[in-house]
Order: sequence, then C-alpha cells, then structure tokens
Amino acid sequence: MPSLKDLRNRISSVKATQKITKAMQMVAAAKLRRAQSAAEAARPYAERMESVLANLASSVTAGGPPLLAGNGKDETHLLVVATAERGLCGAFNSSIVRLAREHIARLQDQGKTVKILCVGKKGFEQLRRQYERHIIEVIELRGVKQMGFDTADEIGKKIIRMFEEGDFDVATLFFSRFKSVIAQIPTAQQLIPAQIPSNENAPPVEGPQASYEYEPGQDEILSTLLPRNISVQVFRALLENAASEQGARMSAMDNATRNAGDMIKKQTTIYNRSRQAMITKELIEIISGAEAL
Amino acid sequence: MAAFHFELVSPEKHLFSGEVESVVAPGADGQFTVLKDHAPVMTTLKAGVVTVAGGDGKVEKLFVRGGFADVNASGFTILAEQAIPLSEIDLAKVDADIRNAREDIADAKSDDARLAASDKLAQLQELRAAIGG
Repeated sequence: MPSLKDLRNRISSVKATQKITKAMQMVAAAKLRRAQSAAEAARPYAERMESVLANLASSVTAGGPPLLAGNGKDETHLLVVATAERGLCGAFNSSIVRLAREHIARLQDQGKTVKILCVGKKGFEQLRRQYERHIIEVIELRGVKQMGFDTADEIGKKIIRMFEEGDFDVATLFFSRFKSVIAQIPTAQQLIPAQIPSNENAPPVEGPQASYEYEPGQDEILSTLLPRNISVQVFRALLENAASEQGARMSAMDNATRNAGDMIKKQTTIYNRSRQAMITKELIEIISGAEAL
Repeated sequence: MAAFHFELVSPEKHLFSGEVESVVAPGADGQFTVLKDHAPVMTTLKAGVVTVAGGDGKVEKLFVRGGFADVNASGFTILAEQAIPLSEIDLAKVDADIRNAREDIADAKSDDARLAASDKLAQLQELRAAIGG
C-alpha cells in the first residue's frame, strides 16, 4: 500500500507530464497549420508538372532518356526513406519504416541488391539495427526550419548523380502522405524510372489535336524537365511528411494528455480513499480507546 | 478579344490562375506572346518578365527565374522555378544584390565560382532592367 506522500508525488508528476504533453500538442497544432498550407501550396505545381510530363512522355516514342525509361536493368534498388527528425509523434516514423522494411524483404527474396538513403534521423535509427550495411547515406534535416525547395533540390540532384554513376537501377521514395490530422498514409513512390500517370482521367481535349511544337527540342526539354520532376517529387514528399509528422504528433499528444487526465482522476480517487481510510482508522482507535476506559 | 485560361505556379506557391487575354513570356529562344487558340507549344524559359493582360485591361507583371511553359488546348501553364510579382520586389535590395554579385565575380577563386556569380549577375541585371528604375 503506497503511503499518502507517495500518492501525492505520483499525482503531481503526472500533472507535470500532462502540462508538457498539452504544450506539445498546441505547438504541433500551430506548426501543423503552417506545414499543411505549405503542402497545399506545393500541390498545384506538382500536379501541373505531372500533366506536362504525361503530355510529353506520351509523345516520346522509342525509349526516351534513362531517367524516364530506366537503364534497362532491375538489379540494384535504392530506397529513399524520408522520416522525421524527432520522435514522440505516435506511429508516424515506425509506419514509414515498416513499409520500407516490407519492401526490402520482398526485394531481398527476389535476390536484388538493396541500398538505403535515409532522410531524417529517426528512420536511420530504426533501420540501423537490421540493415546497417545497406545504408549508404543519412541526410539530416536538423537545421532546416522551413522546408524550402533548395533542400529538396539538393537531395534530388544527389539521387540523379548516383543514378548517372550507375549506383542503382530503380529508386523508390518512402514517405507519409497527409490525408488528415488522424490519418497519414505511408506511401511508396517510384522515382526512377519516372512513373508517368496515365492520361486517362484527364479531361478530353476537344477539337482536333494539333501536334506539339517544341522549343528548343523535345529531348532538351525532357532532359531538363525530368531531373526537375524528381526534385519536385522529393519536395512534395518532404512537405507531406512535415505535415503528417505534426498531425501525428498532435493526435499522439492529445491522447497522452487525455490519458494523463484519466490517470490523475484515478490516482486522486485512491488518494482520497486512503486518506479517508486513515481518518476512519484513527477515529476507531480513539473511540475504542475511550470505550476501554 | 477572346480569353483563355492561364496559370503560373512555382514550387512554393500558386501565383496566378484565371482567364486572360494575352501573356508575354521570355522563352529560351526569345520572347513570345500567347493569345487564344495558340498552337500547342512547349518551351523552356529563361529569366525575365511575364506580362499578363487580363480581360479588364489590367496588366500584371511577374518576374520568373527560369522554368517551363506549356501551351495546349486547355490553356497556358507556366511552371516557374521561382516567381515574384514585380510590385513586391524591392529596388534597393536588387541594387545591393547586383553590387554583391559584382564583388563575387571580382573575388571568385575558381572559374566555376566566377561563372556562377556572373550568371547570377546577368539574372539580376535582367530583373533590374525589367523594373526599369
């Protein structure tokens, strides 16, 4: 039976924890709003980019550049795993890592070589235990306050450089798509060869379809557009991730705050009961002492 | 004059979307104007000013730093690497940047650094000329 003092200490420590989780929840909510609007602002660009690329790719006949068509091999896979820099955000990091892990297991069963590029510290920490020798690089986003396009561009350029040097054949990006505050969907997206969305759900263009004119030339445009597309995809993934992280943290901290509230209530009941029991016991002692006289 | 749909987006922002009458864009091979029912064209852009003329005679100017332009039957789209409305650009800051870029060229240690700096200077001068201050 814990003493009254123990109970009091326990209650006050849970109260302190509750204050922290509540503060974290409010900070996450404020950050979420910013991250969400950034992610939404980036969406039109990525969408327009996709449709332009789809337009262009549909008119490319034979093969096209390696970034679009792949280099013909399927041996070495690069997994770009984008996670957060911090924990305490529910299952956010683990669910991305779990998806990546399943992917790795499947690739290894097929006898492929797997290389991992970690963006964000938490993913690295979780993958390190099992796949340390597959991890070729870790990019930390520690100092990055507001995700700018330059950060994503750097990562995109690095991926392209590695592809050109023949370090891998297929690249897949892992991140968490932000659906709502309570739902983040871990997603795998193939970067190289570029996945071109089918043009079927695009609105049908009326009138006779004139053939495109290209300035300077189709190949030149493709060769600038494709690397840019990769950076844009990375940028979008990072923004979605940032929003998802804050959303996940917000709901995790909301749960923690509520849990702490429950615990305080329960502990307070126990505290009051045992205090009352003590008073009753003392009373009984006094009364029975008086009766004995 | 007939109107068509025009969109200008950069990775960080959606800058313009709406019906316009004409758009002048700085193509890689020279400036070009797009009116309604323009033939489908796809081109890269260099740094310069995009002039958008709306239906009500309002003219909007935006500075873009490279990107792509796509004209098709559904409208005209510019994917800019970076875009700023001219009205938001601070002239004094541009002048300061130009001075800095000149110093960078003078201080550049390697050819690559010099090339990068003079590229930047050329972009800034383009911007300065566009404002015409």
